Amino acid sequence: MFVANRYPEEVNAALSDFLLRMADTSLVLGHRLSEWCGHGPILEQDIAMSNLALDLIGQARNWYQLAATQLGQGQSEDDLAYLRDAGQYRNLLLVEVPNGDFGQTVLRQFFFDAYHYHYLQALTESGDENVANIAIKSLKEATYHLKWSSEWVIRLGDGIEESHRRMENALRELWEFTGELTTPNATDQLLAVMGLTPDLSLIRPLWEQQVQAVLAEATLEIPNRAWMQKGGKNGIHTEHLGFLLAEMQFLQRAYPNCEW
Amino acid sequence: MQKNDHDIWQILESVHDPEIPVLSVVDLGVVRSVAQNETGLEIKITPTYSGCPAMDTIALDIKSALEQVGYKMVKVSLILQPAWTTDWLSEAGKQKLLAYGIAPPVEPLTSTKALFGAEPIVSCPQCSSQHTIMLSRFGSTACKALYRCEECLEPFDYFKCLR
Repeated sequence: MFVANRYPEEVNAALSDFLLRMADTSLVLGHRLSEWCGHGPILEQDIAMSNLALDLIGQARNWYQLAATQLGQGQSEDDLAYLRDAGQYRNLLLVEVPNGDFGQTVLRQFFFDAYHYHYLQALTESGDENVANIAIKSLKEATYHLKWSSEWVIRLGDGIEESHRRMENALRELWEFTGELTTPNATDQLLAVMGLTPDLSLIRPLWEQQVQAVLAEATLEIPNRAWMQKGGKNGIHTEHLGFLLAEMQFLQRAYPNCEW
Repeated sequence: MQKNDHDIWQILESVHDPEIPVLSVVDLGVVRSVAQNETGLEIKITPTYSGCPAMDTIALDIKSALEQVGYKMVKVSLILQPAWTTDWLSEAGKQKLLAYGIAPPVEPLTSTKALFGAEPIVSCPQCSSQHTIMLSRFGSTACKALYRCEECLEPFDYFKCLR
């Protein structure tokens, strides 16, 4: 589906690293959401989470295909998804955090969607047309996801005492994983200079604005904590990712090259 | 064997979407181009949603429909750009959806009930009432949402407007 664009070696390495991050992040979040399948609090939202997962895994496939094309080492999208270890995964830490209760899943989704929406919007103007094309496609879906997760954060936060308490717990649990979304690493810095990805410092205020507006409506207070986790973009993960991959990759690891 | 493009499009009209079988792949707007050359035939299709699980089946169905009428070298390739929108759903397709009990996509309107911008007013495909509510943003397939009519009380699928 893609024809590789040629870049100097260092730029191509950074671009591939970024593409794997986009793919891994969508895949891991898609996998987490799919864990809800058959366990949702009500049927409609069980279906909603499966649909979110479907969109994200579809987006992951596009990013993996492009990553494989740019890497040019003959790997397939499946090789990249199923045959890399946790230390090679580049996903954002936020998406590997376990589902917790429905409130925590909803809040994790909202934090991600608020970032994803603004980031994809900026990526539609990437200097690499393959990246821009995937972003244009994904943005339509992310826009819809953001509506769903915003509505649920408000409904639960401004709901009853129990739902409000659970959203406060979720906020405490997840807040420290949000800093990484808009904190650049070396890959982000190089690619921003090349005009391939946006300057993350421009995304941060957009994310903050979105989050402040929705949390205010949800009667939830932003935690007064500045310390943030980081590492996912560089392959340093929480202990949760290994367990997730052990389940997701089981079939290809136990039966190499097995086909359906 | 060579047929003209018009004949090929007619054959594609007989290939149906596996999830909404009342629509052909042409009605759905996923067939973007048909090209013939000495080596064969290339059909370009584009997914409705990134994760649409029907794309592989659609590609296979297109290939076999054309092979059945004698084409030997049929290549179906996937493209992402330009990205699919519900504006590409044909008028005939919208009528077929309605007759099938699925409300076709409508232009979003700003409503005071909407929390986040414009929401559409969707008419019930059974009784045409505009007194309907959204039960869930997501439905039985990626392209649909779940609604209920407050007049006739029937739940129904709405084909989401995507732009």
